[in-house]
Amino acid sequence: MAGIEVRNLRKHFGDLHAVDGVNLSIRDGEFLVLLGSSGSGKTTLLRMIAGLERPTSGEIHIGDQRVDGDVPPRARGIAMVFQSYALYPHRTVFQNIAFPLEASRTPRKQIEEKVRWAADMFSISRYLDRYPRQLSGGERQRVALCRALVRDPKVFLLDEPLANLDAKLRNTARDDLKRFQRQIQTTTVYVTHDQVEAMGLGDRIVVMERGKVRQIGTPQEVYEDPVDTFVATFVGQPPMNLLEARDPALPVRTLLGFRPEHFLPRSVFGPSDDTRPFRFAVRRVEYLGSDRYVYGSVVEAGAAPADVTIIAKLPATIALPIPEGETHEFAVPRRALRYFDADTGLKRPP
Amino acid sequence: MKRVALYAAALGFVVFAGFPFYWMLITAFKQNRDLYVGASDSGHIPWIFNDPPTLEHVKLLLGQTDFPRWVLNTLVVVVAVVVITVAVAVPAGYSLARLVGRWGERLGMGIFFTYLIPPTLLFVPFSRLVSLLGLQDSLGALILIYPTITIPFCTWLVMGFLRSVPWDIEEQAMIDGLSRLAVILKVAPRLIVPGILTVVVFTFTLVLQEFVYALTFISSVDKMTVSLGVPIALVRGDVYHWGALMAAALFTSIPLAIVYNAFMDRFIQGFTMGAVKG
Repeated sequence: MAGIEVRNLRKHFGDLHAVDGVNLSIRDGEFLVLLGSSGSGKTTLLRMIAGLERPTSGEIHIGDQRVDGDVPPRARGIAMVFQSYALYPHRTVFQNIAFPLEASRTPRKQIEEKVRWAADMFSISRYLDRYPRQLSGGERQRVALCRALVRDPKVFLLDEPLANLDAKLRNTARDDLKRFQRQIQTTTVYVTHDQVEAMGLGDRIVVMERGKVRQIGTPQEVYEDPVDTFVATFVGQPPMNLLEARDPALPVRTLLGFRPEHFLPRSVFGPSDDTRPFRFAVRRVEYLGSDRYVYGSVVEAGAAPADVTIIAKLPATIALPIPEGETHEFAVPRRALRYFDADTGLKRPP
Repeated sequence: MKRVALYAAALGFVVFAGFPFYWMLITAFKQNRDLYVGASDSGHIPWIFNDPPTLEHVKLLLGQTDFPRWVLNTLVVVVAVVVITVAVAVPAGYSLARLVGRWGERLGMGIFFTYLIPPTLLFVPFSRLVSLLGLQDSLGALILIYPTITIPFCTWLVMGFLRSVPWDIEEQAMIDGLSRLAVILKVAPRLIVPGILTVVVFTFTLVLQEFVYALTFISSVDKMTVSLGVPIALVRGDVYHWGALMAAALFTSIPLAIVYNAFMDRFIQGFTMGAVKG
């Protein structure tokens, strides 16, 4: 049981600043998700915590131990699951799970017990005598988790462990993972580029871009109150709509931001709702079963129509017909509006 | 239709690959009259036995030359060179691929270039070295010199191979509690097996066919390797003992072909399968 402190951590590969001054404080027992696209430095950060990569500068503390110097991975009290699962190909499932225990010279009998306990927990007891190549992707992933679990680590490090599973399996695997982490209460750092995973799993999310932390917060904070336009468009599917505000009440060069699900036909709102109306030239409507995505652009009085595509996400409960090629009255509740500086991209107070 | 084309292509390859063996086989057992009459007799069919087969060439090869001895010598040299090469090239290739970062690649290229130096340039220094060590006219000379060709190339080979093997498993082992040294000793060898086999095959082939160095450093008939002894004993002036030459080629190449086919398939498959991704 331990938290992790990362102070001003940097990793340079030649001219490339893969991790560029990151500060993080991960609480004991927390499930922290590092979210970013490829090249954002999230994996490098994880690998530095694991001890597989040596920081250029900065500090890493796991519990009360400072580990950024020459502390090798095996002495950091961590367990890691790779995206590839990295199972030992010539060892059976049992031998794979037992590997860390053998390395720490655990007595034979105890190894046996622990492996069986872990295998039970992930319901893979039936496969103990098989080899990795005889298992499906989901089973391999569970073997890798089992192997991480038996070490009794202070910290779990997971590098996109669900990325190689097919979409159907991913949902159940996510649920399993979260339940398992709640049960054992071990600090977990989870790297992913998939924002659905990040939102679903994380107690807190760290949004990274080009080696820097853009925002740290609960899934709700990151989604509802993004600190800048990057986070606003990176998190959320479809992304937050951004639109230049032509509003004399606001400073010049202000962007309006609102989520597609808040952008609805005006008739949906009651007369008492405080809304900002828009004229919405609808180009195309996409029927997706539970939702309709409406693509188009906003038409402002006295200005050429902006060529920024705006998306509205209408839940199936709104049955109102939206003919394509026509202009409709839409609106956004004022409390759902966010404001950004068009030049810096940073959030502006309303 | 597609199947027919496929089988036709396969048949083509079989004929292409099998023909030399067939030619060696019939030549080795043909009577001399059958072998040499072809040029003067237009009714003669070269690819069948026109006269009954004979064992006289085989008897010549096994009875009147030191062929069995040469085979033994070759095996001694091959085993020694393979052991030396694997012992040096595999750890070298591993460390160049995994441990030294950006310099590894340049060093690897440098090592590869030494392989490109032609043997004709190296005779003189090598003969000094060989006589200095008192190894003239002994198998020791070959065991000393062949690794200078095999090690650079095989180091480079292992390096290239390791680049296709993901780091994940070795890193996982370090996290699971092993030191880097323990990873190299306990985990890495199993992952490198296909690479090691390639090294063995390459070294084997090279030593088996090498002629120039053997000719330079070996003069006694009982110290010769197959590739040297056979042409020296069976090509006398402009007289080629084709039957015996082909018998010698046959005896060395058939076991080799069988071993290659059996080993390579079995070992290379499945070793890294299932370890990483699907």
